[in-house]
Amino acid sequence: MLLSNLRTIWLTFLHLFRKAVTIEYPEEKEKLPARWRGRIVLTRDPDGQERCVACYLCAVACPVDCISLQATQDETGRRYPEFFRINFSRCIFCGFCEEACPTYAIQLTPEYEMSEYVRQNMVYEKEHLLINGPGKYHDYNFYRVSGLAIGGKAKGEAMNEDPPVDLRSLLP
Amino acid sequence: MAKTAKITVDGKTYEVDATKNLLEVCLSLKLDLPYFCWHPAMGSVGACRQCAVKKFRDENDKVGKLFMACMEPIVDGMIISIQDAEAKEFRKGVIEWLMTNHPHDCPVCDEGGECHLQDMTVMTGHDYRRYRFKKRTYKNQYLGPFINHEMNRCIQCYRCVRYYRDYAGGKDFDVFGVHNTVYFGRHEDGVLENEFSGNLVEVCPTGVFTDKTLGKHYTRKWDQTYAPSICVHCSVGCNTIAAERYGLLRRVQSRYNGEVNGYFLCDRGRFGYEFVNSPKRIRKPLRKNKETRQFEELGSEDALKYIRKLLSDSKRIIGIGSARASLESNFTLLSFVEKQNFYWGESDRNIQLIQKQYDILRNGPARTPSLRDIEKCDVVIVLGEDLTNTAPMIALALRQSVRQEPVQSATPYRIPHWQDQAVRELTQDEKGPIFIATPLATRLDEISETYRAAADDIARLGFMVANSFSDRSPLVSGATDEQKKLSGKISEALKKAKRPLIIAGPSLQSEAVIEAAANIANAMITSGKTCELCFTVPEVNSMGMAMMDITHQGIESAFEALKNKPADTLIILENDLYRRAEEQAVDSFLGKFKNVIVLDYLENSTSLKADAVLSSGSFAESDGTFVNNEGRAQRFYQVYDAGENIKESWRWLRDIMLNSGLHEFGKWKILSDFTNALSKAMPVFDGINNITPPPGFRIAGEKIPREPFRYSGRTAMFANKSVHEPKPPEDIDSPLSFTMEGYRGKPPSSIIPFFWSPGWNSQQAINKYQIEIGGALHGGDPGKRLIEPKSGKTPAFFTKIPQAFSPRNGDWFVVPVYHIFGSEELSVNAPGINELTPKPYVMISSEDAGSLGLTSEKQIELEAQGKTYSLPAKLNLGLPKGLIGIPKGLPGMPEIKTGSWVRLKMG
Ligand code: SF4
Ligand code: SF4
Ligand code: SF4
Ligand code: SF4
Ligand code: FES
Repeated sequence: MLLSNLRTIWLTFLHLFRKAVTIEYPEEKEKLPARWRGRIVLTRDPDGQERCVACYLCAVACPVDCISLQATQDETGRRYPEFFRINFSRCIFCGFCEEACPTYAIQLTPEYEMSEYVRQNMVYEKEHLLINGPGKYHDYNFYRVSGLAIGGKAKGEAMNEDPPVDLRSLLP
Repeated sequence: MAKTAKITVDGKTYEVDATKNLLEVCLSLKLDLPYFCWHPAMGSVGACRQCAVKKFRDENDKVGKLFMACMEPIVDGMIISIQDAEAKEFRKGVIEWLMTNHPHDCPVCDEGGECHLQDMTVMTGHDYRRYRFKKRTYKNQYLGPFINHEMNRCIQCYRCVRYYRDYAGGKDFDVFGVHNTVYFGRHEDGVLENEFSGNLVEVCPTGVFTDKTLGKHYTRKWDQTYAPSICVHCSVGCNTIAAERYGLLRRVQSRYNGEVNGYFLCDRGRFGYEFVNSPKRIRKPLRKNKETRQFEELGSEDALKYIRKLLSDSKRIIGIGSARASLESNFTLLSFVEKQNFYWGESDRNIQLIQKQYDILRNGPARTPSLRDIEKCDVVIVLGEDLTNTAPMIALALRQSVRQEPVQSATPYRIPHWQDQAVRELTQDEKGPIFIATPLATRLDEISETYRAAADDIARLGFMVANSFSDRSPLVSGATDEQKKLSGKISEALKKAKRPLIIAGPSLQSEAVIEAAANIANAMITSGKTCELCFTVPEVNSMGMAMMDITHQGIESAFEALKNKPADTLIILENDLYRRAEEQAVDSFLGKFKNVIVLDYLENSTSLKADAVLSSGSFAESDGTFVNNEGRAQRFYQVYDAGENIKESWRWLRDIMLNSGLHEFGKWKILSDFTNALSKAMPVFDGINNITPPPGFRIAGEKIPREPFRYSGRTAMFANKSVHEPKPPEDIDSPLSFTMEGYRGKPPSSIIPFFWSPGWNSQQAINKYQIEIGGALHGGDPGKRLIEPKSGKTPAFFTKIPQAFSPRNGDWFVVPVYHIFGSEELSVNAPGINELTPKPYVMISSEDAGSLGLTSEKQIELEAQGKTYSLPAKLNLGLPKGLIGIPKGLPGMPEIKTGSWVRLKMG
């Protein structure tokens, strides 16, 4: 009994000379891997345009239903969200939205300092979410792949597409 | 079931309908078998090769052969397999081929989430693109305000062109191009001409055709709140699904009802809904400031207080009902003001006509057919109605009736009737007999034999036909040769008919036309034949109003009555009186009241004159019951809760009554209390409470959810206002809930908010809700027929034959011209419909125009009822001499009385 107590004290004493695993947060900050599931952002494609096409897939994948948005489109037919809202007081940082997103628009980042004194401030709108770069995925541009024509990309100009069919032609 | 057979599918034996094809039978058995080109309303062509199954010669055959299920007739003892490995591999391969050119579009495709192609791809298990070559692309076309075109998504199933040309009779749409570059569209950009083009959205299994109005405020299928609704834009009462998100009505889709509209809707019904989102909506109660004459907004409590003040010193209150308001709302107003003070807000003339039609139907002997019945009739006579513009879906049904007779010729060749291509090859352009007598050319002329004449001559033709069946119907003297020849032909056709049908209506404001139609039906039935009789009526609930126990007095009577016995308060229910009577008359009528209270949802000339306006819910924010032209009572439900400032008219009126101390109405709390009271007070409506389950109805203790279980964003959609989620609104009036919580199985047929089944996200999920494909919904098609003819005594024949029409020199006789887009009060406020609405004009026959030296678009001065109007002329080829066409209800068009004589002056 006594022996075991002494042993414990001894071991604890030894720990004084080990390297500390805790860090002096907030003076010092933990370096997290790039794929850490923290603060969610909306990214831009390599051309600097909004990546999100307002497809609603992140919203439907979200298990706590904390994403809501409304689609709209510009005069050239390019879809984008009119508003995009995440209620971070509900978000569980599961990353399902990122997995569902067909355009790499929505990404979770290693940023985690999101505490607020007022819960209402946990509601982020598009202006709080949209960043100026492509995030983790540098090259992907959905509108270069999809068949939809938008400003600056007519039919047949996407990747892997033939020029539009000439219906007047009878050639085999 | 006519003929049954036993078939074995994957080792299980079923007893099935032997007149159907194998695909239909499998789907009726609720087995999952992918398909594209087959459509329940259009039959099979075997174009897509998606529905392959294995068929075995007998029990010992273990190898079998692949067959297309949609092309296989049922044979007794048939053994097939859907799950066979080779069949599965084949189906997967077909999808892979169809997808080689498919764009990478689902995220920006409006079909996504309700796409039959997505569903079938998942069902077959094709998941990886192996094709390494470039994709074929197409340019899109502008097809008008309703439909978006995105040809890259096409899988060449040919459904669109079969629907548009073969089913709906459209001309300006086809398949173009050759081999692997076929193209589905118009010969050039332009508005689709067919009035039923909107159905392409539901017919096309992919996102080639999508709803442009939905695209403007796009939301996925899983994110919308739905309710079973009824189209309010004409008297046919098609069943619809209306959908909302964020307080905005998003779209209207067809709600399958095997007896009414089936799979389809007309474009007015599908795209007219946007009036609900119009800037003209009245969203809060209004009070007119006595000094500034401007409206001020009020809360609902304050509004009720204000109205109480207005009512407290009134001695006599007049109520004006409306055929676009529900039975419940009209009944509540009636109960408040009492019978002698209640007027049906319709012209006296129209009321007489509608009432006459109701009496004819009620007294028999002819039965009023449902829309589905109309499709099955083989000989049809239309007297005086331009159906495409007054009751559009009846016109679409007639395009199916003309096929009834020719299709029979396939039977001797043992071609099953679902073999669409073969039957069409055989019958070519053959059409069953249909006769249309109208003053103006109609869209249906191309499938019918026509007679262009004034109402009186149309009636005379009708009387001649009636007389040929029974001499109790009077003889027409002085008939023209044309009439004699035609009536002889009609009688001939009617004699041979298996299921004849007469259609008429009040459009031409002619009693004689209605009487002639009734006489034909009566004469045929008394001479031992069958005959059905269909009447159109002007508005969604006109028939319901005719059935109500009210004085059946109209606007002009109200004007008259007020002269003898003054009143100080007027309550107008969902009605714009300026559409019913002349401007000055309405002005002076309204001016006679101290207080004018209007309940409505859109600002109109009448509501602008009111002292107080109560913000009623449109169909999307109300519950209620309508009776359609067939006499079918149908219920519509509120789609979303619009807050305390928008209430059903019946609820506002109840609140007014309670406020004025009529405490006995305190027991009217929820919809069914009103409906119950109505059917107790008026036995004709007996049973209408049971057309939907009662509000307390639960399945496994749960309500039926209005939202799909994948509804997203619940904890964020209102978070911009407050991060604390509001309590979801409760629906006390119906067994439906406003949320996604509730019973997940199939609800009773009358309260289906949306069609969905596991693996079937598109509208094709309807298959799972039907007992048999294309037949009734499980539990029976919704609605209750209230008019069945009395058997036994045949009513007397009508004996008054009108004089033949004779043109007058210098005067013109007014006939109304109706427009599917423009003549209806509400839908014209939808931007898309508004875009297609014609500008005011007068229509003159080319012959008359020639003698007047008039050219198209030239302004003419028209003198009517002591007033002069200047309008551009439109020339018309078929219009008989001496008639002038005046479009009805167009915005900006003066109201010129049908059946009056007008004078023309050249501008
Ligand atoms: S899944 Fe991606 S593209 Fe779609 S709405 Fe969400 S962020 Fe936008
Ligand atoms: S048609 Fe269907 S499969 Fe094709 S892009 Fe649209 S949603 Fe996707
Ligand atoms: S447009 Fe649609 S309906 Fe027409 S062939 Fe293509 S996929 Fe089929
Ligand atoms: S036919 Fe009439 S009820 Fe049916 S969809 Fe068209 S407007 Fe609506
Ligand atoms: S559905 Fe059978 S071949 Fe298309």
